[in-house]
Amino acid sequence: MTERIDPRTTDLSRRDFLAAAAGFTLALTIAPDPLAILGEDAAGAAKAEAALSPNVWLTIATDGTITIVSPAAEMGQGTFTTLPAVIADELDADWAKVKPVFPPEWNERKFGNPGYDNYAFQTSASFATRGYFKAMRIAGAQARRVLIEAVAAKWGVPAQELSTEPSVVVHKATNRRISYGEIAGFAKAPAELPKIEAADLKAPASFRYIGKDLPRVEVPLKVTGAAKYGIDAQVPGMVYAAVLQSPYPGGQPETVDETRARQLKGITDIVRLPEGVGVVGTSVEATQAAKNLLKVTWSDAPGAHHDSEKALEEFAAIGRDKTRDGVPYESVGDAKAAMRSAVKVYRGEYRTRYLYHAQMEPMNATAAVSPDGKSVEIWTGTQGPTSLHNQVAKLLGVERTSITLHQHFLGGGYGRRSQQEVVIDAVRLAKAVGKPVKLIWTREDDVTGGKFRPMTAHHIEAGFDAGGKLVAWHHRVVAESVAAYTSIANGTPPPPLDRVVMKGSPIPQYPIPNKLAEHVIESRGARLAAFRGVGNAYNAFAAESLLDEIAKDRGLDPIAFRLTLSEGQPRMQTLLRAVAEMSDWTQRRDARGLGVGTMVKDDTLAAGVAEVSVDRITGKIKVHNFWAAIDPGLAVQPRNVAAQTEGSIVYALGHVLREKITIRNGRVLESNYTDYEVTRMSDVPNIEVKVVSTDNPPTGAGEDGVPVVACAVGNAIAALTGVRLRELPFAPERVRGALGA
Amino acid sequence: MVAFTVNEVRRELGVDPNTPLLWVLREHLKLTGTKFGCGIASCGACTVHIDGRATRACATPVSLVEGKSVTTIEGLSPDGSHPLQRAWIAEQVPQCGYCQSGQIMQAAELLGRNKTPSREEIVEHMDGNICRCGTYLKIIRAIERASREG
Repeated sequence: MTERIDPRTTDLSRRDFLAAAAGFTLALTIAPDPLAILGEDAAGAAKAEAALSPNVWLTIATDGTITIVSPAAEMGQGTFTTLPAVIADELDADWAKVKPVFPPEWNERKFGNPGYDNYAFQTSASFATRGYFKAMRIAGAQARRVLIEAVAAKWGVPAQELSTEPSVVVHKATNRRISYGEIAGFAKAPAELPKIEAADLKAPASFRYIGKDLPRVEVPLKVTGAAKYGIDAQVPGMVYAAVLQSPYPGGQPETVDETRARQLKGITDIVRLPEGVGVVGTSVEATQAAKNLLKVTWSDAPGAHHDSEKALEEFAAIGRDKTRDGVPYESVGDAKAAMRSAVKVYRGEYRTRYLYHAQMEPMNATAAVSPDGKSVEIWTGTQGPTSLHNQVAKLLGVERTSITLHQHFLGGGYGRRSQQEVVIDAVRLAKAVGKPVKLIWTREDDVTGGKFRPMTAHHIEAGFDAGGKLVAWHHRVVAESVAAYTSIANGTPPPPLDRVVMKGSPIPQYPIPNKLAEHVIESRGARLAAFRGVGNAYNAFAAESLLDEIAKDRGLDPIAFRLTLSEGQPRMQTLLRAVAEMSDWTQRRDARGLGVGTMVKDDTLAAGVAEVSVDRITGKIKVHNFWAAIDPGLAVQPRNVAAQTEGSIVYALGHVLREKITIRNGRVLESNYTDYEVTRMSDVPNIEVKVVSTDNPPTGAGEDGVPVVACAVGNAIAALTGVRLRELPFAPERVRGALGA
Repeated sequence: MVAFTVNEVRRELGVDPNTPLLWVLREHLKLTGTKFGCGIASCGACTVHIDGRATRACATPVSLVEGKSVTTIEGLSPDGSHPLQRAWIAEQVPQCGYCQSGQIMQAAELLGRNKTPSREEIVEHMDGNICRCGTYLKIIRAIERASREG
């Protein structure tokens, strides 16, 4: 998520064409990935004789099967359906005949995301649909044109007289019809493929699949156990591995006592790694048990001295200390001057703690290195095929083309599977022992070796002028830099701004004339990563909490106040009115409070209202209802947008109620689901999501429920009890303390 | 040597009797639909049926299933047509899908002894199964649908 995010312009730029046209001069027939995950039939059909590949994205077999490359990682967000559906729509394909496949080769010039400067294969930041949408449309429209021109030539009719119905070309004048499969039997892709202009794309009213709801293609595999995740890889001759990792980044094994570990039956090798010790053997259970018997001392590193609770106190003090300038993330007008001349200044401080992704599939990878060390095969599910290739190529000193990646479904990503350290260790171990190695982290390894959402301290000031207008906003975020951490891990230069931590801090939904959002960067040596909802989550918690405090002080209704603040932002106002109506906002509840929150992330907008109660004796919060509205631009698959929003609300509820990672003396204290308590079914409120599809480019929808949960729940508790909770999580003991119970 | 039945096929395996059933299923028998989540019976991703009872395979030594009958997600129905599997598709429950084998096996036990569970009974029965993608409400709807449609 730290990649250069450089959305395309809305025009059909040259880059759009590059992506769609990269393969034109190559004009290959794609042999789909032999690991075609929808089963043999897809691969078999596409290999049928005389198959037609109008461009690199798709192959039409003579039986009518259309194999479409779906380049993004599928981690539950549905792009394995959404992206092929975009091509299929412009192609005018019969969806029942479409078989998505992962790219047959990880060549960015052919299949990479045109939304990134480097065309990276990187599925994160809700950027797959956003980045690929236009290129996919062009690819589909171009393939359709190839089919039409082939038929025009064969029938001797002008191409303009031909039209299409799903998977059929029609010549109305002579009442002739020919299926795409039949066309594949004779047609050849021309040496120079047709150029597609904006006018060649469908008008939205003609969409068959875009904006409609298709059943997700891989769902049937996920109810029978047939869907394959990285951890399911079975490679002939493979052995297993576990890794005891350094408790903190940068710790190297100094002394390794492997006596007891070696004595376990089935243990064959113990291998030192740069920041860990690998145990290799003939079974998962032996390697896991032996790993726990290793006695290792680790070299010192800055992270070895980290105490997260102490550091969070320090961060809060730094937030208050305005002699410590931060890195300006976004500046509008002159916030500092406007604040000085304000007649009333509100201040708010908020804190959030480290969070763990807790994806259900523990990190794992299987690797096989050739005896000469010059080629490698990898089985895993990754959000970042590009960074995987780059890092493995660097590690082994080989060309990227020597790497064969078998992409799998991801058992949860949320940002965690953009990191490659487990892949790298699997490759190291496979090379060391000369056999294919399947490395599986235990849940405890996954928690203590987690890469966390950073802890943050927020100091915000909001200044009003004599006319009662909010004229100055100054948000200081004190946190480690995720972008810096990730860049160092990936061996790339750190970007000047941390778009992970700071996203959402400029609150574009509220056009305050003077704004400054700054990142005061601290370093404590923790492992960090992008995390579903990114900076929007904690920045919205802080900003929307303060706005509620201001509304209360000024005697304003929280939604009415936000409607005033978002003047000139009709998309946000629509969402605010929607959640007000859905929640019956003005209706008082007995012993329950309502709270609202909003967010804007990369041009996707969301608003949410929570209805909560609090048990004043135990301090336990119960969220009874959550209403959310989301405007992701054009909702390419609206039901899926709603599912992602609902899921991300559930994901975030755990962050609000209980989840936290605590680091003491560089060690993570939590270890499993028993002490890192994620949302369970009994926590879940009724959730209603309204998807407001608008005439804007699709801007992503994978994580947009997350940011509106903490703020809405906190605001609801304040409305109910009069007590403001300023720290996440809202754990019962903290709530009890705040309520003075 | 441990002998037991898996999905109606009798198996005799020369494995350490302390080996968790999970790894026997996944790595010896290649039945990878049953998932590894936590290793301490805390998340439910590895849920299978042992003589009809929903059990966490990660915390069950294989010696305990000697002579017993184990059913995994692969054996729940011959062709993926169990009412819960059909309901899971109709409600489009899975997102990443990793926990769903365990969810379905846990739900199947419930419907096996209570054909019309209330929402409260569903939540109580399913509360040990984590879904990090947050599909819980869809799981509830799918169980209710399966209960209705049978």
